[in-house]
Amino acid sequence: MSNATKAEPSRRDILFLATGAAAGVAAGAAVWPLIAQMNPDASTLALASTELDIAAIPEGQIVTVKWRGKPVFVRHRTKQEIEAAQNVPLAELPDPQADSARVKKPEWLVVVGVCTHLGCIPTGHEGEFHGWFCPCHGSTYDTSGRIRSGPAPSNLEVPDYAFLSDTKIKIG
Amino acid sequence: MTGHSTYTPKSGFARWLERRLPILGFIHESFVAYPVPKNLNYLWTFGAILSFMLVAQIVTGIVLAMHYTPETTLAFDSIEHIMRDVNWGWALRYAHANGASMFFLAVYIHIFRGMYYGSYKEPREVLWILGVVIFMLMMATGFLGYVLPWGQMSFWAATVITNLFTAIPYVGNSITTWLLGGYSVDNATLNRFFALHYLLPFVIVAIVGLHVWALHVTGQNNPTGVEVKDVKKETVPFTPYATLKDAVGLVIFVALFAWLTFFVPNYTGHPDNYIEANPLVTPPHIVPEWYFLPFYAILRAIPNKLVGVIALFASIFIVAALPWLDTSKVRSGVYRPAFKKFFWVFVFVSVGLGYLGAQPAEGVYLIVARILMAYYFLHFLVVLPLLGKYEKTLPEPRSIAASLGQAATEEKPHA
Repeated sequence: MSNATKAEPSRRDILFLATGAAAGVAAGAAVWPLIAQMNPDASTLALASTELDIAAIPEGQIVTVKWRGKPVFVRHRTKQEIEAAQNVPLAELPDPQADSARVKKPEWLVVVGVCTHLGCIPTGHEGEFHGWFCPCHGSTYDTSGRIRSGPAPSNLEVPDYAFLSDTKIKIG
Repeated sequence: MTGHSTYTPKSGFARWLERRLPILGFIHESFVAYPVPKNLNYLWTFGAILSFMLVAQIVTGIVLAMHYTPETTLAFDSIEHIMRDVNWGWALRYAHANGASMFFLAVYIHIFRGMYYGSYKEPREVLWILGVVIFMLMMATGFLGYVLPWGQMSFWAATVITNLFTAIPYVGNSITTWLLGGYSVDNATLNRFFALHYLLPFVIVAIVGLHVWALHVTGQNNPTGVEVKDVKKETVPFTPYATLKDAVGLVIFVALFAWLTFFVPNYTGHPDNYIEANPLVTPPHIVPEWYFLPFYAILRAIPNKLVGVIALFASIFIVAALPWLDTSKVRSGVYRPAFKKFFWVFVFVSVGLGYLGAQPAEGVYLIVARILMAYYFLHFLVVLPLLGKYEKTLPEPRSIAASLGQAATEEKPHA
């Protein structure tokens, strides 16, 4: 071992390093599928969009449809509900967002019906602001689906949707 | 610690085996000759009771798995199939479900015992931390198992608990989707929960092995908190003394277990879990199983999602830091008059949080929950560190023998 005192790497050191690096890459490649299999599978990702005929929903009513395994609330808002949603000063909101930014037509509010706190389904026409009330931990939402009080951090999510006609919407 | 006698194989086969794998000697050293302090009270029987419950849960669980179907359209019906069609299925399922309750009851008594007598103090820190790890694994296993019947409470418990992870900034949603295998709790979730519910008890068995190993290195604590000084005089052999005392404790404990299982099998359950899971309707009042209620109360007491989730996990992790938060040199609460009072306040606060976890999160309940939660953390972070500094403790006995008022020459019953 004449070169033991020198800092220069030997051929053996390089071989050790290369072997170690290859083993590291191989271990990573072996672990990857074991982790990735937990993510949503192809059948879950191939999500059909949901179509809904809204002509049958009378003013004031909320209809719940299932989309991506989650409920989506389609709410035919009354005049008072629209006014209440539009007239709130944004400064009063924990997650400020204008009502106009959350709807395509003022009479129709479409939101994912999952409380942004811990995923429960809020109940409609309840709570201080007559929007929704979450029975699990007491979050209240207004008639625009915006968080007003309680532990939820943000407004009810607005999904991608489009009006196919005046009486038909497509969610997703 | 070295025991009262050493193992000498008697039969020819035992001698043959001992030279090749000294397992009989190991069992003898650990569970027969192993010296236990002679002043242990009945609170020390909960280690054996917990071992019994772990085995009972695994045995009933394995046979239930032979009849259960982890698929969303079949799971709920397969539970009813177990209850009505499978021979003795009702007894097995009720024993398993109530067994979880009894397991947690025993572990809480075991933990409070350790807290009162300072069993976490030097040199038993690793023993204590392993115990906290077991407790956390038990919580995970209990939660996963509760989801399997696929009732309304199962479904919404799964939803709420997995959604805790959405509180993590930036990556929370991706982590939750990964845990669920989808965008909501569904078949992928149920199937993996079943796989993990089957796996974790065996992980618990492994950690319990380490826990017992660490215990046998340091030796057991005892009500005086004074270490054994004279093995011959202050200890008795595990068998028959501790074995039989544990057996008495176990019989009383199992009597309560049997009463729950056979007379009020749904007492700790929730009627909503006899309604099949419905992803579109949240029950008006969702509560976890009773053994999670104090932590649930802490989660709900904080009006901010991320902080609430942090507080929930902190309230469990902080228990592992106990050996370093309690600065008192005196180990046992028996000789700590001020600690004793604070200990019982802490027990009251913990039970109080459990009560509040079952109440609606509003009005006066919420305010009281906040006060109790604040005290829970203050106990660990302020009371214990300061008590160690300022408390006027009583004199500890010189030894276990002295505490029993025994003269050094007194005869002892030795096996």
